[in-house]
Amino acid sequence: MKKGTLRQILLITDGCSNQGEDPVAMAALAREYGMTVNVIGVLEENERTDGLKEIENIALSGGGIHQLVYARQLSHTVQMVTRKAMTQTIQGFIHKELQTILGSDKEIEDLPPEKRGQVVEVVDDLGETMDLEVLILIDTSASMQHKLPTVEDALLDLSISLHSRIGQNEYSLYAFPGRKKQVERLMDWTPQMKDIHKIFPKLSSGGVTPTGPALKEAIDAYQKKRSKRGMLEDDGFIEESGS
Amino acid sequence: MTDSSKNQAANVSYGTKIRGKWNNECYQIEKRLGNGALGTVYLANSRKGHVAVKVGNDTMSISSEVNVLKQLSKVQGSVLGPFFYEMDDWEVNGKRHPFYVMEYIHGEPLFSFIQRRGKEWLGILMLQLLRDLSVLHREGWVFGDLKPDNLLVEGAPPKMRWLDVGGTTVIGRSVKEFTEFFDRGYWGLGSRVAEPSYDLFSTAMIIINAAYPKRFDRPKENSEAYLMNKIDSSSILKPYRTILRKALTGKYQHALDMRNELFTLLQEDNPKSTARVKTTSRVTTRKQSKKTKNHKRTRWVETVLLFALILTIYTLYLVGYGF
Repeated sequence: MKKGTLRQILLITDGCSNQGEDPVAMAALAREYGMTVNVIGVLEENERTDGLKEIENIALSGGGIHQLVYARQLSHTVQMVTRKAMTQTIQGFIHKELQTILGSDKEIEDLPPEKRGQVVEVVDDLGETMDLEVLILIDTSASMQHKLPTVEDALLDLSISLHSRIGQNEYSLYAFPGRKKQVERLMDWTPQMKDIHKIFPKLSSGGVTPTGPALKEAIDAYQKKRSKRGMLEDDGFIEESGS
Repeated sequence: MTDSSKNQAANVSYGTKIRGKWNNECYQIEKRLGNGALGTVYLANSRKGHVAVKVGNDTMSISSEVNVLKQLSKVQGSVLGPFFYEMDDWEVNGKRHPFYVMEYIHGEPLFSFIQRRGKEWLGILMLQLLRDLSVLHREGWVFGDLKPDNLLVEGAPPKMRWLDVGGTTVIGRSVKEFTEFFDRGYWGLGSRVAEPSYDLFSTAMIIINAAYPKRFDRPKENSEAYLMNKIDSSSILKPYRTILRKALTGKYQHALDMRNELFTLLQEDNPKSTARVKTTSRVTTRKQSKKTKNHKRTRWVETVLLFALILTIYTLYLVGYGF
């Protein structure tokens, strides 16, 4: 049985966007396409970020999770946010299924504690076995420059966690701003993340932060991937969860 | 991680009565025992006496932990996690907090126990841990988030107990909850697939942590050489060198393999017995070396006693002479 694929956009940034479309709107659009937008805000020690509200809003309208961390905690956070977001998406689906069975006003919490265990098992099972696609958007504007080695570590760490799952994984990597255009593709869809250290040192950063256009590009990339694959494959239920 | 949003249930104050919505049992909070990733654990008084109550926010993750605890409680002949009593919901101020009730383990943190009682306990407690792990693995589970914070030493005779089993994972799946220092993925020395060797790596790191209480970060590259260097520069760790290396590089497939080698090591006093150990089969070796050890000890005790006797007589003689 094909269980479907979870599609995530993982945005790693340290502040406010200042160019192009509103990223919150783009995140809402991504959600309509059945993707989840997760945002990780990378802070300096003792830094208070003004981008806080935007980071939160992007994740909210993208149906995902946001988390603010200091650079040194990034590794642990990236894999955890990705995991949590997967679980959340799956739970959203299970929740709907439960409502069709139990009635529209019922939630998991309305089940007696003994019955909840079975629901949890189903969620765990899907989280372990479903295929996952993660499109990673990295803010490479000037202030992010010295945090990029940590981002690289965190992404490698993410791939260790995801590859320990039973389900398949695919990654794609984009940087914004790019050298020639707003958004630049660094790595096309691939099941392996191990080559990213070759890509990272090449990153050069600019002054602007076109977060909205980056999200838009991510949606396009997902659309292209789908059309390439054609209509033969049934991509399963998760696509519905955004509508 | 910023914990403000996660731990809304973190401050249940002293004396608060938590009443379950489904089972109607009442628990009176006495004090906070600790904060876990998914909630806060309190000591509480109930009809069963003292119990530990974990209050969380997220029903799914609390239910997930309950699943594990229930499974572990079923394992016959071994006490693995804390004994599980029940799960319920506590409604207060219009908010619903899932909670579960388990056995209260009245123990001492692993390292504080070793510090108080002597470092020879490290090896012994690790033997206990490895035996329990072998049972857990046999049941098809891996502990996952194995670290000193999750281990307590309880009672007399001292027994190692597991506190937080939230990271326990079915073998073959991926470990979701871990702590970097004890995670082989962090050190670049393996995957996060739940398999016995994952726990054995963490066990080795616990032993290393005993010698380096402040822990340390990974190097840019070649973690294995870095860790071996740390081992060699510690007098506590040096005797364990071979075993630690094998555990760190995933050479042990079973907890019992590591346990047997650790056991042999703890029994050995001189290199001669090592040579003999290798030629015979494992089970008999264990018995034999135990016997030799006992012999050795008796002989040693005799010598000491004799010496003490002579010394006493001599002292008496000197004292007598003084008069």
